[in-house]
Amino acid sequence: MIAEAGLIALWLAFALALLQLTLAGFGLAGGKPELLGSVRPVAVAQGVLVGIAFALLITLFLRSDMSVALVVTNSHSMKPWLYKFAGTWGNHEGSMLLWVTVMGVAGAAVALFERALRRDTHMATLGGQAAISLGFYAFLLFSSNPFARVDPPAPDGQGLNPLLQDPGLAFHPPTLYLGYVGLSVAFSFAIGALLTRRVDAAFARAMRPWVLAAWVLLTLGITAGSYWAYYELGWGGWWFWDPVENASLMPWLAATALLHSVTVLATRDALRAWTVMLAVIAFSMSMVGTFLVRSGILTSVHAFAVDPERGTFILVLLGFYIGGALALFGWRVGAVREGAPFELVSRETMLVVNNLLLSVILGLVLIGTLYPLMTEAFGHKVSVGAPYFDRIAGPVALILMLVMAAGPLTRWRRDKLGLVARRLLVPGAIALLVAVVLATVAWGRIGVLPLLGLTVALSVGAASVAPLWKRNLRRTPLFTWGMVIAHLGCAVSLAGMACDSAFTVEKLAAVRVGDTVQAGDWKLRLLQISPIAGDNWTALQADMEAVRGGGRAVTLHPQSRFFASPATATTEAALLTRWNGQLYVVLGQEAEDGRWQLRIWWKPFVTLIWLGGVMIALGGALALVGRERRGWLLKWRGRALA
Amino acid sequence: MKAKHQRLILAIAALVALIGAGLLAASALRDEAAYFYAPADVHSKGVEPGKAIRLGGMVVKGTLKHAPDGVTIRFDVTDGKATVPASFKGIAPDLFREGSGVVAEGAFDTSGTFIATNLLAKHDERYMPRELEGMNYDEKTHEMKAER
Repeated sequence: MIAEAGLIALWLAFALALLQLTLAGFGLAGGKPELLGSVRPVAVAQGVLVGIAFALLITLFLRSDMSVALVVTNSHSMKPWLYKFAGTWGNHEGSMLLWVTVMGVAGAAVALFERALRRDTHMATLGGQAAISLGFYAFLLFSSNPFARVDPPAPDGQGLNPLLQDPGLAFHPPTLYLGYVGLSVAFSFAIGALLTRRVDAAFARAMRPWVLAAWVLLTLGITAGSYWAYYELGWGGWWFWDPVENASLMPWLAATALLHSVTVLATRDALRAWTVMLAVIAFSMSMVGTFLVRSGILTSVHAFAVDPERGTFILVLLGFYIGGALALFGWRVGAVREGAPFELVSRETMLVVNNLLLSVILGLVLIGTLYPLMTEAFGHKVSVGAPYFDRIAGPVALILMLVMAAGPLTRWRRDKLGLVARRLLVPGAIALLVAVVLATVAWGRIGVLPLLGLTVALSVGAASVAPLWKRNLRRTPLFTWGMVIAHLGCAVSLAGMACDSAFTVEKLAAVRVGDTVQAGDWKLRLLQISPIAGDNWTALQADMEAVRGGGRAVTLHPQSRFFASPATATTEAALLTRWNGQLYVVLGQEAEDGRWQLRIWWKPFVTLIWLGGVMIALGGALALVGRERRGWLLKWRGRALA
Repeated sequence: MKAKHQRLILAIAALVALIGAGLLAASALRDEAAYFYAPADVHSKGVEPGKAIRLGGMVVKGTLKHAPDGVTIRFDVTDGKATVPASFKGIAPDLFREGSGVVAEGAFDTSGTFIATNLLAKHDERYMPRELEGMNYDEKTHEMKAER
């Protein structure tokens, strides 16, 4: 019954989305404005219904209902409950249901909480949100029904991919999807503004909190995903330039550009057409990413299933929405009036350069990700990996960081080059000093890019706190704090990346029980190897002892796990976190002569990478709260008076 | 400065950035994109030493050997038509074994041995390196058969 109820809820949500689009369409363009009153309630109801459908799918997974095909192929009754729960979205159908759920709930939130937007633009936005939801509902209902039954019911399920059996699964995909799909709101805002010809500062002020919220969640999701891949895959890397990682990075790059251009539009009323364009591009990148992942067209650890029919379906949706939005843009862009002027040396220009560089990185990542598809059309099988992306994205990102250092120290509208240079004196001096010290100490031992990275990171770190210089910190607005912390986070993250590639010590060894290995400053001893068992796995676990200098010995337990259903093995790396780095130990196989393979890394300051990511997200959250708090306070006071 | 001039400068900057990015991408792709080779392709076309490629096929039974250092393995990769010797230093994936499908990333050294820097093994029925699609492994003869 639960599965049927879920399917019915999904169909009803589909019907309501259709109704929402029709009401908004006739209300705005069909000369029946009285219909507009129903758009918001319908949007809320649609959000509730799709939420119910998703909750019911979770219930089916928690109850291990083996009469449902999706549960049979992706779950197992012996699995710990957390993985039954999180396993709901650890598969194609479930993740697409999560996708439309986020889309529906985001639409309901726009209906309930958006107050700043003009009414006609608001209604057109909700119509646009319904229009994009419709396609994804259709995709679920016609080609990926998550509630399909099997007859007769299976005795038990086939289990979840063991790589996914990790607490990270409960957090990473939902956060990422909230951000990813939250960008659909910006897309709908752009559609609404174009349709009602209202691209101006007021529109940007209304759109900004939604963009910020989606961007914060996307940042958190990517950061969490990176850490998860780092400790779960056991390769010691934190970013693999996997197509799916690129699929989440591309919307992030576009959203970061959008975040900055929407601020220009909101405060200075400039960059009107460009901001709308970016809002379209950001969500388009989310959809391109989904196409790449869900069609299984590229090899990826994230690809659940290869199914050409589904790929075609998403490709058609993609072409329809992106093509439609771009056509609308081309049609209406003439009606977007020119915004306020600004001088060449001004913060506006800095932000334009920021947007330009982010777009260039986005373009380079997109080309690299799609290149294998293009060459395959000509019969060549090609893969584009880290060497390409590191070589092209690294230098451009460093230039971007330098612009980021200068931007906040430049005034709006007009400024003087000499004054900006003077404000950059201290960060510049730090950069010079660091570069000289690093070059003398470590020349030849570390690469040019990490060296540049460290230099840029430290000077950008100094520059990013410079806007607080000589200011009353108590009176500094929260969104300025947000900007400072986010920019500092970028510097922190960059410092972590540079340290990881410059100073990591790697040791590969085969040792007998009782032997000692040296890795950097650490001495590790293999004490014993013993079999252990978990809920749904068995493992070989190494007991190891690590000592640094004259310090206390710490025990480490890297494992090699075997899962029965599906029959797979995974490595569980052992991590030891210290303030100045992480020790990372992987247990390999036993050689014929009884020695065990060990792979050990000492990664100085690697944790800064994710700390920086969290800081960036925190900065975004502070900016969001800072901008919105005034509105909340006013509203609250208004209510108290009434 | 006139607004028109300023727009022109920004537009030119954008154009230069885009063209620069395009050239950068083209040159990086020419150098860094790794082509996929089956052992037969290696024999027929030849691969220059040091050029990063992906080599795909099956690990020939009876050829997997551990070197004395305990962390280097040597094995032969075949597609049923030709065989190529390969070596890898590191921890091989759990599902990497004789008779299993493998895609190795790396480059040939001057002696014609493929030095793999990364091994991708077939995970399970649901995940398989895409390049190995259309190749079937014969359980009885332990041979790869390519469908063309």
